[in-house]
Amino acid sequence: MRNAFAKEITRLAAADERVVLLSGDIGNNLFEDLKRVGERHFLNCGIAEANMIGVAAGMAMSGLRPIVYTITPFTTTRCFEQIRVDLCYHEAPVTIVGTGSGLSYAELGPTHHSLEDIAILRSLPGMTVMAPCDIREMQAGLRAALRHDGPVYMRIGKKGEPNIHTSEIDLTIGRAIELRAGQDIALLVTGVIMPEAQKAADMLSKQGLSVGLTSFPSVKPLDTAYLDDVAKRSKLLVTVEEHGRIGGFGGAVAEWRAAKRNAPPLLMLGARDEFLHVVGDQDYARGIYGLTADKIAASVTNYLS
Amino acid sequence: MADLQKLDALSRKLRYRIIETSHRTSTPHLGSCLSCADLLTVLYFHFLRIDPARPTDPERDRFILSKGHAAPALFQVLAMRGYYGDELLADYGQNGSLFAEHPPTPAHLPGIEAATGSLGHGLPLGLGMALAGRITNSPHRVVVVLGDGECNEGSVWEAALLAGAQQVKNLCAVVDFNKWQATGRSREIMAIDPLTDKWKAFGWDAVEIDGHDHEAFIGALDRFEAVSNRPTAIIAHTVKGSGVSFMQDDNNWHYKIPNESELHKARIELRVEA
Repeated sequence: MRNAFAKEITRLAAADERVVLLSGDIGNNLFEDLKRVGERHFLNCGIAEANMIGVAAGMAMSGLRPIVYTITPFTTTRCFEQIRVDLCYHEAPVTIVGTGSGLSYAELGPTHHSLEDIAILRSLPGMTVMAPCDIREMQAGLRAALRHDGPVYMRIGKKGEPNIHTSEIDLTIGRAIELRAGQDIALLVTGVIMPEAQKAADMLSKQGLSVGLTSFPSVKPLDTAYLDDVAKRSKLLVTVEEHGRIGGFGGAVAEWRAAKRNAPPLLMLGARDEFLHVVGDQDYARGIYGLTADKIAASVTNYLS
Repeated sequence: MADLQKLDALSRKLRYRIIETSHRTSTPHLGSCLSCADLLTVLYFHFLRIDPARPTDPERDRFILSKGHAAPALFQVLAMRGYYGDELLADYGQNGSLFAEHPPTPAHLPGIEAATGSLGHGLPLGLGMALAGRITNSPHRVVVVLGDGECNEGSVWEAALLAGAQQVKNLCAVVDFNKWQATGRSREIMAIDPLTDKWKAFGWDAVEIDGHDHEAFIGALDRFEAVSNRPTAIIAHTVKGSGVSFMQDDNNWHYKIPNESELHKARIELRVEA
C-alpha cells in the first residue's frame, strides 16, 4: 500500500499544484517520481513530527494542501497536541497519512504498533478518520480527502495487502461500502484486516450462517444511516479492526448502538488492552490478539453458542 | 523613515489600553503584554505590509504572537491598527466574548493569523506559512514573537532546525527575552543562555537588541530584510512590565490585576490622556 500511495500522490500532485507531501524522514526512494513532478511537491521535515504538523497547518492556512506522511505512532500519538490545536482547532485542510498502521510493523515492537490511533484521533472535533481496506479505497480516499475542507487522518498498511475491490471505486467520506449482504451476521470491518474478515465470513458461511460483510473506509463520520439499515436486517453485529478494543471503530459503533431500542447485540473484535512483549510477524501478532480469520470466526461461533 | 515620535506615542497608548483593560476586566498577564508592547508597536505601525481592509490577502505579511498569553496586547494593537472598532472590545473578557485570554482562530477575528496559547506552536506554523510563500512565489514575510519561557518547548527547536536547513529567508523569530517565566527566572529553570548563540548554531542570522528601543528594532528588521540565505532571529532584551515603574521586572504582574490607584499611577507615568 506504501508504493501505491506514493504513486497516487504523484498522480494527484501532477494535477493539483497545491499538493505538498511532508515526510518525517521516511520513504527512502519512495517519492522520486513525485519530486520529478516538481520540487515544490515534496519536503522532508526530518524526524521532528510535532514541527511537521505545525508546518503543514501553516501551509494549509496559506492555500496549500499538505499531506503528512510517516509511521503511524509518530504522526498520531507523538504529535497529538499539534494535531488538536494546529489542525483541528484551525480547521486546516491537512491529510495525515499513517503508514504501517495497526500491526503492520509487528516485528518492530510496540513502539511501532498503532492500536490507539483511531480512538484518539476520532475524539478531536472536526477530524475525519479513514482506514481504507485496500489500495482502491486508499486511492479513492486520498482523492476524497483532497476535496474535503478540513483535517483528515488516514491509516494505511505497509505492503502486500490483497485487493478487495476488483476495480477502481469512488468513495464518499462517511459512507460504508457493503460487499456482501447477509441475514444472520453483519461483519462490519475497517482497514487492512479486511482480508481476514473476508475469510472468516467464508468460514462462517460454510457453517450454514448467512453472513454480510461491509467495509467502513470512514470511521468518522460514521455511516449511521447504513448501521440503522443493517441493524434491521441482522441478528448479530460484529466489528473487526486491527486496533485496540477501547474507543476504536467498535467503540464508535457501540456509541451509535447505545441509544437504539431494538438493535441486535454487538460483538467488538480488536486487540486486547495490553502491549505485545513477544516478537513476531504481522500474522503472528494478529493471532495473539485473536484477529486471524479462524480466530475471528471462532469468536463469532463462541458468541452464538 | 520611521517616525520615532509617533511610534513612542503609540507604544505608550498601547500600554495604557492594555493596563486599563486588565483593570476593567480582571484579565491577567500584564507583565508579558508590556514586555512585547514596543515590539508590537513597531511591527504593526512600521514594518508589516498589511491592510486591515483585506485581512486575508494572500500576499499580506503574517504576524504570529506565539506567546499567546500576551493576547491582550495583540487585541489592542489590532484595534488601534483598524482591524476592528473599539466597540468590538466592549464585551472583552465577558461570557460569550470573542476575546479569551488567548487569541481565537483567524476565522473568528480579523487580523489574527493563528490561535496560539499552547506554547511552541507559533514558530512551526509560521515556518509553514513562510515555506508556502516560497512554494507559491508570494512576497510575504512571516514574523513570530516568542517568549523566552516558550523556548523551553522542543517544537521551537524542531522548527529552528528545519528553517535553518531550508534557509527560509522570509521567516523572522523575535524572542521577547524578559528573563522571566511563569514561576521564576528563565535562565535558572532551563539553560536558556546563551540564547543568541543557540539560534546561530541552528543556522540562523541572530542579533541582540534592546527590545524597548524602537530604532534598534527597526534596524534589526532592516537586517532581516537584507539577509538572503537564512532565517533571522532577533533576541530582544526586554523587561517584564516595562513602561510602568512599579510593574517593571516584578513577576507578580504575571497574574496580578491593577487597582484604581495603580491604573491612575500608570496613566500618569505613560503620559496618556484619560
